[in-house]
Amino acid sequence: MGAGGAGEKSDKVLTCIRCPRGCRVTVALGAGGKVEAVSGNACPRGDSYARAEVTAPVRSVTTTVPVDGARDEGRVAVKTVREVPKGAVLDVVRALADVRATAPVEIGDVIARDVAGTGVDVVATSRAR
Amino acid sequence: MRRYDVVVVGGGPAGLAAAVAARAGGRRSVAVIERDRELGGILNQCVHSGFGLVTFGEELTGPEYAARWADAAAESGAEVLLGSMVLDVSAGPEGPAVTCVSAERGVERIGAGAVVLAMGCRERPAGALGIPGFRPAGVFTAGCAQRLVNREGLLPGREVVILGSGDIGLIMARRLTLEGAHVACVAELMPYSSGLKRNVVQCLDDFGIPLLLSHTVTRVEGRRRVEAVEVSRVDGAGRPVPGTGVRYPCDTLLLSVGLLPENELSRAAGVELSPVTRGPVVDDSLMTSVPGVFACGNVLHVHDLVDYVSQEATRAGECAGAWADGARGSGRTVPVVAGTGVRSAVPQRVDVARMPDELVVRLRVDGVYERRSLVARAGGEVVARRRRDILVPGEMEQVTLRREALLGLGGVDAITIGLEA
Repeated sequence: MGAGGAGEKSDKVLTCIRCPRGCRVTVALGAGGKVEAVSGNACPRGDSYARAEVTAPVRSVTTTVPVDGARDEGRVAVKTVREVPKGAVLDVVRALADVRATAPVEIGDVIARDVAGTGVDVVATSRAR
Repeated sequence: MRRYDVVVVGGGPAGLAAAVAARAGGRRSVAVIERDRELGGILNQCVHSGFGLVTFGEELTGPEYAARWADAAAESGAEVLLGSMVLDVSAGPEGPAVTCVSAERGVERIGAGAVVLAMGCRERPAGALGIPGFRPAGVFTAGCAQRLVNREGLLPGREVVILGSGDIGLIMARRLTLEGAHVACVAELMPYSSGLKRNVVQCLDDFGIPLLLSHTVTRVEGRRRVEAVEVSRVDGAGRPVPGTGVRYPCDTLLLSVGLLPENELSRAAGVELSPVTRGPVVDDSLMTSVPGVFACGNVLHVHDLVDYVSQEATRAGECAGAWADGARGSGRTVPVVAGTGVRSAVPQRVDVARMPDELVVRLRVDGVYERRSLVARAGGEVVARRRRDILVPGEMEQVTLRREALLGLGGVDAITIGLEA
């Protein structure tokens, strides 16, 4: 069954990706694709995941960027501080292709602001000294 | 000879958690011996997130999780020897000892009250598979590709086929796609994914990468560099079905076909190894068959989640510390037997008189099962039961044994854990 067929009620079964448990979550969709109920999730994260996934799916993005001036490291790991729209994932990675960091870098340092116009900052997740 | 209460071999997540626990707030001297130039082990190249939900209640990337434990180890006052490779672990009458070598100090022998083995695991390499065809450049293990991309900033190839659906292979399918490569498919020999379901969803489904279950690579083409691979369907016994081969032109083949505990040191030390887990046989204190030598993390058995590695290693560190202090068990252990549908269970032996109030037994099932219970029985009596909607070999399960329940039975000869309706 597809999601959100206009006017028709349907169920959509998803695998929650918020944690490694991978709950099988069922979303009951009402008329117009409105979420009526979420079941099968073991925690509230599953509920919010399922609601977002059928309306506006989001993902966090992790990658690495080169770092200049570090003793050992050639790259630092980075992540979006929160999730971005799923459709913007490739734009985020492309925007980071031109970004370089400069040592010293601490975990949590902002590496790029408002990446690819998402309003989300990218921070370091590894150190370079 | 330098001497510590506890010497930990390996500074990855298992070794760090063991060291923090063994240190016990400064009560014992502890050394962590790490061959790399930094702590954290393989987590440093696992830049994706999904670590730490159990331990810290938040989703961290690998380097962040590693940094938290490296910081905790530093704060605990454990001594860290970087760039130091352990060559030998041995047990003598005056306790275990470790021989290691480093550029700064040369070869040295270090005495210990107890040793914790935390060397982790390795990837099953191409040579272990026997894929027909040529042996060109362009065949990488998934973890090797992960290092090239995430640490070195190098792209191993542009057109990629992945054999095996282990988690690192799935993670790399996404990673390579984001870095501009095209991943044609992931072929998995078994009829189910060997990685976590969430990784199939977020790494393959999100990018439209097909997962071909019951398929394998049956030929590699190319003399200097991979030019194509042939992927065929396999029958129920895992044999390729003739005539089903499809040729995928590509320059790269990644392998994610299993992890093997790295037990060269354990074997040389005379530690009894399990043919099923390929790690040491341990008791409830995670002590191996060699007195004073403990094991935890992926060298003991391959885990899916680092959070559980940290839990297991914490116990190994506590127990190694207690052993160094002079604590000993009752001397009587009973076997934990893998029953119906269970492939392996760790620990393999339990000292009921000495075990903690609650002991977690981690296990893997031998196939895909729906709506079963994991049941632990001792002398026919049920001592633990856990209902599961679905059980798959790719996801580690656990059963908690309660000391009170076992003591209540009087004498116990064996504990069997199996699947029941």
